[in-house]
Amino acid sequence: MRLSELSQGADAVVREVENVVDGDPIARRLRDYGFVRGEPVRLVGRGPIGADPLLVQIGFTRFALRRAEAARVIVESVP
Amino acid sequence: MIEAVVSLRLALVGNPNCGKTALFNQLTGGRQKVANYAGVTVERKEGRFSGPSGRTFQLIDLPGAYSLEAASPDEVITRDVCLGHFPGETAPDAIVCVADATNLRLHLRFVLEVRRLGRPMVLALNMMDAARKRGIEIDVAKLEEALGIPVVETVAVRRGGAAALAARLDGELPPAVVVDANSDLHAEVRALLADAVSMPRRTAEIDDALDRFFLHPVLGLGVLAVIMFLIFQAVFSWAEPLMEGIEAGVGLVGAWVGSGLASMPMLQSLVVDGIFAGVGGVLVFLPQILILFLFILALEESGYLPRAAFLLDRLMLKAGLTGRSFIPLLSSFACAIPGIMATRSIQDPRDRLTTILIAPLMTCSARLPVYALLIAAFIPDQTVAGIFNLQGIVLFSLYVAGIVSALAVAWVIKLIRRDKSEHALLMELPSYRIPHPRDIAIGLWERANIFLKRVGGIILSLTIILWFLSTFPGAPEAATEPAINYSFAGMLGRWLHVLFEPIGFNWQISIALVPGLAAREVAVSSLATVYALSGHEEGLQAIVAAQWSMATAFSLLAWYVFAPMCLSTLATVRRETNSWRQVWIMAGYLFALAYLASFLTYQITRAFGA
Repeated sequence: MRLSELSQGADAVVREVENVVDGDPIARRLRDYGFVRGEPVRLVGRGPIGADPLLVQIGFTRFALRRAEAARVIVESVP
Repeated sequence: MIEAVVSLRLALVGNPNCGKTALFNQLTGGRQKVANYAGVTVERKEGRFSGPSGRTFQLIDLPGAYSLEAASPDEVITRDVCLGHFPGETAPDAIVCVADATNLRLHLRFVLEVRRLGRPMVLALNMMDAARKRGIEIDVAKLEEALGIPVVETVAVRRGGAAALAARLDGELPPAVVVDANSDLHAEVRALLADAVSMPRRTAEIDDALDRFFLHPVLGLGVLAVIMFLIFQAVFSWAEPLMEGIEAGVGLVGAWVGSGLASMPMLQSLVVDGIFAGVGGVLVFLPQILILFLFILALEESGYLPRAAFLLDRLMLKAGLTGRSFIPLLSSFACAIPGIMATRSIQDPRDRLTTILIAPLMTCSARLPVYALLIAAFIPDQTVAGIFNLQGIVLFSLYVAGIVSALAVAWVIKLIRRDKSEHALLMELPSYRIPHPRDIAIGLWERANIFLKRVGGIILSLTIILWFLSTFPGAPEAATEPAINYSFAGMLGRWLHVLFEPIGFNWQISIALVPGLAAREVAVSSLATVYALSGHEEGLQAIVAAQWSMATAFSLLAWYVFAPMCLSTLATVRRETNSWRQVWIMAGYLFALAYLASFLTYQITRAFGA
């Protein structure tokens, strides 16, 4: 499952971040932000237009990610 | 006074939003210098402070970075300066790494990355007050031991909140720690947190509550609209009396100085119409710049600015921009200069450049005098559909024409740009904070300085050059026309007339456009001068209405939607992009669009027989 597919308020755990292109700078940046295996993540909210961007909680920090960015993050949902 | 000898050069690094700049302000107070790094437009801030022993430290505030595997020009500089690789910068003797005590999961990773550089360093655990309030407990001794570097608690926004840091830096610093360069930093951070930090809750309750409100699809957009309206009002109308005051004040002083030079008319004209007009032309922008940045700094410091960008991102993305483009573009309705200066808050260099390039298409307040003159002269003051005023509709259409062309230009820039790689948003939404007046005051002071020093000089020299062009050579003895018609500007205007004839401009307009290069509204008073009406702008409307065709007037209106002739804006673009190429691109495309629009307007209006 991808982070972009989580429903609002849902908790999950990061499995990995996929590279869309070789040496994907956006994927690397996501890993720097803490999107690494085993990290709990939550979809806190969505933007008002087209439900984009997404408001994501990782670690102690909140990030705004566009859908295409969040789709790079593969997660496992937590019941 | 003899300059104190610097005993140690320190570099301040940290994640964005760690309170690094507030700490820098707290340590150095007003003793700072702002410049640019050689060859790039990234700001370089340097300051000094004294330790308890009286030793003087030089502190350089490096751009905030999430990683040293640089992803942005800012981060390249932070990495290169720390390593001593940046041309013209000596390597710092020690690094002060700042981390927000409430955001350690993210910030400790960067601390560990900086530690790998193998330089002597100190960790400042900032915002310890907020951490305590949230019940976060940090075992500083354990952290110090695990990291192998000194750890000092700081509260950058409290008086004396950095005293412990200054004292620690004044003591003997331990040598650099040598660590494995290939370890898993995230695993290390988790181990550190498990060992030394107890966190009752991952986020602050107040942040959650505020975000539910400010990011609400309906309420959030409503609040944003109110804030935008306030900013627009403030920049547009609150600045007006101040600007008039500055113009009147500078004019009075100029006239007073000029009266002392009455025996030398040429020098008097240079002083009054060249130098003082130029100084006034520079200072007049200050109220708008300061008011706009007062809002922007307060919004940025409070953490609201990224929220606004969050709400608007999707909308702006459709035009090939980013949520962060919105405020600079909104400000450009008052004046493109503060708008272009405000694009510094856009991190992606491509998005920033696009925003700068389209900013002049937002109808700035300087175009209003031209619009007012032509609309009053040519558009009947009549009611349409019962409630609308025809003059008002025309004015509104001119604004809309500007916005639509801006979006179209942004879209074209996106199409022709060679670098098609994805533009990232990836934006941190930091904790909400109450802005500190000192940090805002220092920020405003910096903006004013940057504008006066780096843009003011260009505007002043251009005004003097334009004065020269409009004054020399003087009118012959038997002159029948106003003096400006015989000057270089007059000659240039008549020459330009050949170029402007197909779009319906007469030679009077062509001449008036030359001094109008300094600022758009000057074109109106120049027209009055050309028609020998100095000081009687009321009469101008009658002359224009009687002598110009409808097609010419519409053509000039269309011209001013694009109005490429604001040299002050071009000077700002030169300073903000550090490139003449962008200046030429902007001037070129605006001129081409203006010419095309005016040509079409003129020919079509004539075809309809007006």
